[in-house]
Amino acid sequence: MVVILGGSLAAACAAPGSGNAQPTAAASSAPASSAPTCGTEPITLKGYFETGFPIAKALTDEFTKQHPNVTWDIREDQFAVITQNAPRVLADDPPDLMRLPQVSELVKNNLLKNLDDYAKQFGWDKWPASQLEQMRLAPGGAVRGEGSLYAMGLNFSMTGVFYNKKLAEQIGMTTPPETLADLDAALAKAKEAGLAPIAQFNGGATGGLAFPLQNLMASYGPSAPINEWIYQKPGATIDTPSNLQATQHLEKWIKAGYFWKDVNAVDYATMMSRFMKGDGLFMFDGDWESGNLDKQMAGNAGFFLMPPVQAGGKRAAMSAPLTFGIGANAKNADCAAFYLDWVATDTKARTIGVQIGGSHPMGPADAPMPPVAAGTVTESTLGAGAQIAKDNGSMDFIANATGAIYAKSWTPNLQKLVGGEQTPEGLLKSVQSDYQTQVQGG
Amino acid sequence: MKAAVKRRRNWAGWLFVLPAAAFYVVFVIQPLFMTVQYSLYKWDGIGVATWTGFQNYLKVFTDPDLFAAIFNAVKLIAFFSAVPVVLGLAIAATIRRIATSRLALVARTVIFLPQVIPLVAAGITWSWLLSSTGLVNQLLTYIGLEKITRAWLGDFSTALPAVGVIGAWVLLGLCTLLLLAGMSKIDPALYEAARLDGAGPFREFFSITLPSLRQEIGVCVTVTVVAALASFDIVYISTQGGPGNASMVPGLEIYYLAFSERQVGLASALAVVLTALVIACALPIQWLTRDRT
Repeated sequence: MVVILGGSLAAACAAPGSGNAQPTAAASSAPASSAPTCGTEPITLKGYFETGFPIAKALTDEFTKQHPNVTWDIREDQFAVITQNAPRVLADDPPDLMRLPQVSELVKNNLLKNLDDYAKQFGWDKWPASQLEQMRLAPGGAVRGEGSLYAMGLNFSMTGVFYNKKLAEQIGMTTPPETLADLDAALAKAKEAGLAPIAQFNGGATGGLAFPLQNLMASYGPSAPINEWIYQKPGATIDTPSNLQATQHLEKWIKAGYFWKDVNAVDYATMMSRFMKGDGLFMFDGDWESGNLDKQMAGNAGFFLMPPVQAGGKRAAMSAPLTFGIGANAKNADCAAFYLDWVATDTKARTIGVQIGGSHPMGPADAPMPPVAAGTVTESTLGAGAQIAKDNGSMDFIANATGAIYAKSWTPNLQKLVGGEQTPEGLLKSVQSDYQTQVQGG
Repeated sequence: MKAAVKRRRNWAGWLFVLPAAAFYVVFVIQPLFMTVQYSLYKWDGIGVATWTGFQNYLKVFTDPDLFAAIFNAVKLIAFFSAVPVVLGLAIAATIRRIATSRLALVARTVIFLPQVIPLVAAGITWSWLLSSTGLVNQLLTYIGLEKITRAWLGDFSTALPAVGVIGAWVLLGLCTLLLLAGMSKIDPALYEAARLDGAGPFREFFSITLPSLRQEIGVCVTVTVVAALASFDIVYISTQGGPGNASMVPGLEIYYLAFSERQVGLASALAVVLTALVIACALPIQWLTRDRT
C-alpha cells in the first residue's frame, strides 16, 4: 500500500502530460518518386470509424475485394465518443485510418500525419482547392484553411433546404424560391394554410437552428468572412452587420411561429421522422439524408440551395468533407493513404460514395460521376454541388469553429433566442466572446 | 512475549485489509489526489500542462455560467431530497398499516421499480412522457388544461423542475423501502401503549414512528442530497443541460469542460469544489441525525 501510495504521489510531482510520449512533428521522409501502394504482402489496416455511416464499411469491403491482401480491423463508436477519445486513441494506439472530429487540437499536439507528401505523390494538390481547404492547417494548428494537409474526405456533403413537394403544391409553390423574399412568402403562406412551415431540431446539446442561421448569413453577406471566422483567422469576428441582419431575420421567423412550438425539445431523429411523415414544408439539412429521403419519401422530396437576397445573386452552402486522417505514428500509413486516393479515384468507390453516402465524391473535377436517377433528391443535391463550386460558395459549418463552440455557445444561445431570452445582438456578442476565450484556450 | 503476539496479530489483520485497501488507494484516493493536482494546471489532456495555481478556482467562483450550474444543483435538492423523503414517509406509513394484505406487496414492488430500471432507460422514457405529444400533455388536454401543455423539457421555466420530477420518481422507491425497513424494527408494544393512551394515527406517527426513524431518514437525506448535487445521468439523457443552460448541473459541466472543451484543469477545479460542497452538505446531516440514545 505504501508503495502504491508512494508511486501515485511521485507521479503527482510532475506536470500532467509530461510523461506522455510526444510524437514529433518531423516531416515524413523525402517524397518517393512513385506513389505508395499497399504492396502484395498480407496487411491489416486498423480503422476507427463512426457508427451509423454504412459508407465506410461498404468502401472497405470493396477495397478488400480489389486488393485481397488488405484486411481490416475496425472499431466503431458514436461521433461524440470519437470526439472525446480522439486525442487519447491517437496518442496511445494510433489507428491507420480514423474518422476525425475538429482537427485543430489534434494537429496542435502532433497527433496527425502530415499528408503533404502523399498529396504530391497522388496528385491531390491538382484537385479543386476548395475540396481540401477545410483540412489544411497552418503550422501549430492555430489557423485552418491554409498550410499543410492533415486529413482527407471520403466524400463531401452539401447543405440546403429540403421541401415536401405535396405540401408545396398545396400552397401553390411550383418552383423553388429564387430570392429570400420568395422564401418568406412561401413560409407565410404555409403558416396561413395551417402547415408547419419549417421542420427543424434545436433540443439537447444540438442547436439545429444553426443551419437556417448560417444559410441566412450567407444570403445577407459573403461567405468568405464566415469561413475566416471558422478557420480562426486572427481578428475574425462573427459579430458583423450582415450576420446581425441574418440573426434578426431568424428571430422574425421564430416570432412568426414558423418553427414547431416545441423546437427546443426536438432532436435530430425526431425532426427527420416528423418531416418524413409530412409535418413540415421546409427543412434545413444536408445531403447525407438524400438517399434516405429518396427511399422514404420517394418522389415527394425536393432540394434547393438557400436563395440569395437579390435575384440572381451568388449561392452559398455549408459543405464539408467526411474527414478521415492517418495517425502520426500509424504503422501502415502508406497503405491508408493509398486507400484514401482509391476512394476518390476508383469508379466503383465513387459510385459507393454517391449511392450509399449520398454525397459528392472527392477527386479531380473531371472524374467520372456515377449515374443518378432523374427527379431524385440525390440528383438535385449533386447538381447543387456544381452550382456552389461555380459560385465559390462553399462554407464550413459555424459549429466547427472550435471543439466546444456548438454545444457550449451556439446551442444555448439559439435555444435562448427561441425562448425569447436572448436578442440577435446579444447572441452574436455572446458567441464571439465564447469564441475568443476558446481560441485563446481557457 | 505477549506484546510480540499482539503485534503479529495486528500484522495478520493488515494482510486481510490489504487487497481492499490497495483497490481503495488506486481507484479512489489516487484519482482524488490527481484531480486536485490537475485543478492547479491549465491542461488540454494531451500536451504538457502549465502551472496556474488557483486561477481555475477563481474562475469557478467568478464565471456566472459555472456558478449557475452549482445553484441549479442546489435547487434540485428540493426535488431529489425533500419530495422522496416526505412522500416516502407517508407511503411507508400507509403500507405498514396494510402490511399483511397483498396490496402492500404490490405497492412496494411498484414503488421500488424505478430503482431497478437503469437510469438511462428511465430518462428516455420520461423524455417521451414529457414531450409535446407525450402522455403528460395528453392527460392535461383530456382534463381541459390544454393551455398549460408544452414541451416540458424544452421550456426555460419547466426544464429544471421536470428533471427534478424524474429524480424524485427514481429516488422515491429507495426512500420508501429504507423507511419501511426502519419501521419494521420499531417495537409494536410502543404502538399498543400509545393506542391505549388514546393516540390516533397522526399522533402515533409523530410521536413514535418519526423519532424512531431518525437514522433511516438521515441515510435517505444524505443519499438523495448527494444524488442531487452530483446528478449527471438523468440530466444528460433528458435535457443535456438545455434549453439555454436552464438545467445545467455541475456534473454535466465537468464532463463538457473536460471532454468537449478540453479544459481538464478547470473541470478538475469544479469537481473539487463539487466534492467539497457534497461533503459540506453530507457531514451536518450525518451529525444531526446521529443516534444519540
